[in-house]
Amino acid sequence: MSVTFVGMPAFPVAAHEAVADSTLRGNLRHATHTIRAKRAAAVAEVSDWARLREAGRRIKDHTLRHLDRYLVQVEEAVTAAGGTVHWAADAEEANRIVTALVKATGESEVVKVKSMATQEIGLNEALEAEGIRAYETDLAELIVQLGKDRPSHILVPAIHRNRGEIRDIFRSEMREWGRPAPEGLTDAPAELAEAARLHLREKFLRAKVGISGANFVVAETGTLVVVESEGNGRMCLTLPETLISVVGIEKVVPTWRDLEVFLQTLPRSSTAERMNPYTSMWTGVRDEDGPSAFHLVLLDNGRTDTLADEVGRQALRCIRCSACLNVCPVYERAGGHAYGSVYPGPIGAILSPQLRGTQSEIDASLPFASSLCGACYEVCPVAIDIPEVLVHLRERVVQGGPATRQGNKVVLKPAKGHAAERAAMRAARWAFSHAGALRGGQRLASRTRRLHPRTLPGPGRAWTGTRDLPPVPAEPFRDWWQRTHGGQEGTK
Amino acid sequence: MRVALFLTCVNDTLYPDTGRAVVRLLTRLGVEVDFPLGQTCCGQAHYNTGYRHEAEPLARRFAEVFGGYEAIVTPSGSCGAMVREQYPRMGGRARAEGRGNTLERVLAPVVPKTYELTEFLVDVLGVTDVGAYYPHRVTYHPTCHGLRGLGLGDRPRRLLQAVRGLELVELPGAEECCGFGGTFAVKNPDVSAAMGADKVRNAESTGAGVLCAGDNSCLMHIGGTMSRLGSGMRPVHIAEILASTEEEPAV
Repeated sequence: MSVTFVGMPAFPVAAHEAVADSTLRGNLRHATHTIRAKRAAAVAEVSDWARLREAGRRIKDHTLRHLDRYLVQVEEAVTAAGGTVHWAADAEEANRIVTALVKATGESEVVKVKSMATQEIGLNEALEAEGIRAYETDLAELIVQLGKDRPSHILVPAIHRNRGEIRDIFRSEMREWGRPAPEGLTDAPAELAEAARLHLREKFLRAKVGISGANFVVAETGTLVVVESEGNGRMCLTLPETLISVVGIEKVVPTWRDLEVFLQTLPRSSTAERMNPYTSMWTGVRDEDGPSAFHLVLLDNGRTDTLADEVGRQALRCIRCSACLNVCPVYERAGGHAYGSVYPGPIGAILSPQLRGTQSEIDASLPFASSLCGACYEVCPVAIDIPEVLVHLRERVVQGGPATRQGNKVVLKPAKGHAAERAAMRAARWAFSHAGALRGGQRLASRTRRLHPRTLPGPGRAWTGTRDLPPVPAEPFRDWWQRTHGGQEGTK
Repeated sequence: MRVALFLTCVNDTLYPDTGRAVVRLLTRLGVEVDFPLGQTCCGQAHYNTGYRHEAEPLARRFAEVFGGYEAIVTPSGSCGAMVREQYPRMGGRARAEGRGNTLERVLAPVVPKTYELTEFLVDVLGVTDVGAYYPHRVTYHPTCHGLRGLGLGDRPRRLLQAVRGLELVELPGAEECCGFGGTFAVKNPDVSAAMGADKVRNAESTGAGVLCAGDNSCLMHIGGTMSRLGSGMRPVHIAEILASTEEEPAV
């Protein structure tokens, strides 16, 4: 899938550096805690939030259950409205389709609306390889692109940067891409926004091709919907002559009535707004207004495989609000880059290993990048039980089992590096199946307690590196109970 | 009422004081407590690390050992949540895998009668003032599986507020995870330690001498962090506070 993250180390290794970076920790802590509190307030205002959440879950589940039918309906409606629909099984095919469409216009640059799907497939890199320059126009995406950086958050891709860092990036990099930053630029938010506005305006007015994703596709009319805050998306959606939208197949909702639910839950969950400033909707093409050519690329890239998994498929309900990132204590400390994917945080930890499979080191480690605290599930506006899916994927990593890859049913082998743990778990299960063995172990631990070291070697160091061990008591509870209450000896 | 104490393997092995506190507390409240010696482990560590199939025989064993009691009480939010939330799910998964409904049927009886300690006190016994005395300044950390899994809500706080001599102070960021997370603590030690250090810092900022919670596994992590950081605070299980009286005060 994305070319950006190949060779990522496992999560704990990547997180090790992030945890030690005090600037990053400060930036993330400030940003996530601010938005966390705002979201809670915005959600608390809605008296029927629990019902909206349940409605969102049901609409998504229903649509996914009948996706075959709704996707055909989308194709028919978009075609009838003058658009062209393309089907892409994977990232490579999607990139090939988009590149060919841009080349056919004769243009060598495109403007982009913030889009997770195009990042997932590494579209910018694919276009660049064919001599086409893609300009990101979302403010945060612009910061990431100018800084030759990677996004670290679904909604706020530059969340890991503070104002001073952004000023420095604008000052040194803007001139390479077009209009330079104004002289004497400071880190005042209004000045930074103005610098971006001036820089981007030239591109909007010049571009002949726009590329977007979509938050929703309404099947009954073939209408695409983009929800945003800045208005830069609307520029890209309306000014160019050709518009190409790359959209994951799970973005479909059947009707406009269904859309109503998500237009309430998405803004409150993501930016903590009652309503987002710009909601753009378009249906095919029309004369004298907006793009004269419209292409919809429907992207699978692992989604059908994910849909085949009974437990894991709920990840496809995700509307990319990022509330789970903002509330996640692991994300807050490890940062988005450690997840090695354009989808970081709790949702990324269940999405990436399903879309990409669990073979790579990073993908096999992601299901374990959680303390299972459940804060993500609590805030999810479509009720994705992220801890449930994490545990399910842990099983896939350590034990293997049935899965679907490229449309084929396969039986996965356990991932490498879990043999010792598997043996330990089996041994523990045996001991716990024999109360006598457990008691024997407890007594041994109690009798030797003065000999226990304060720090442990090998894997135990992961505990004693930062935490003292609890003292082992003189006798386990069960011995005390037997002594004082004369209970019967356990027989099993 | 015939009540079984499901102490959990961690408490049995490392925290017998908590077990003794539960027995004392419940006995004081007129409950006849039994500790079935066949009990071992609910299988949570196996299940949550991805070894569901290894957890199944432990869950069966749990159902066998505890099936005959009217109520099963545990001083652990996470082990309580394992039984209540995950046992039904394990049964459902076995059925989905074409193994019939045997596991589901075997586990079903113990699910609704398993209670976390504070739940049992407030909901079943209907008490919030358990006659405890604990003259200390205490801050309370609601552990994740008790808070979000079992939905314990304000039950622990109500119990603590009724303890004579106890001054309950609010813990900043109380509902944030302490970073234990079972095998997470050793699989992601850096993030786990960072979360633990932040929790300890928040606890220290309250000026309390005691951090109270309803899960000794979380307290093992928080307490281990406290002693490594040289904090003057102590981790104490809520059962030990509720068991403490003027005649027999907890140390």
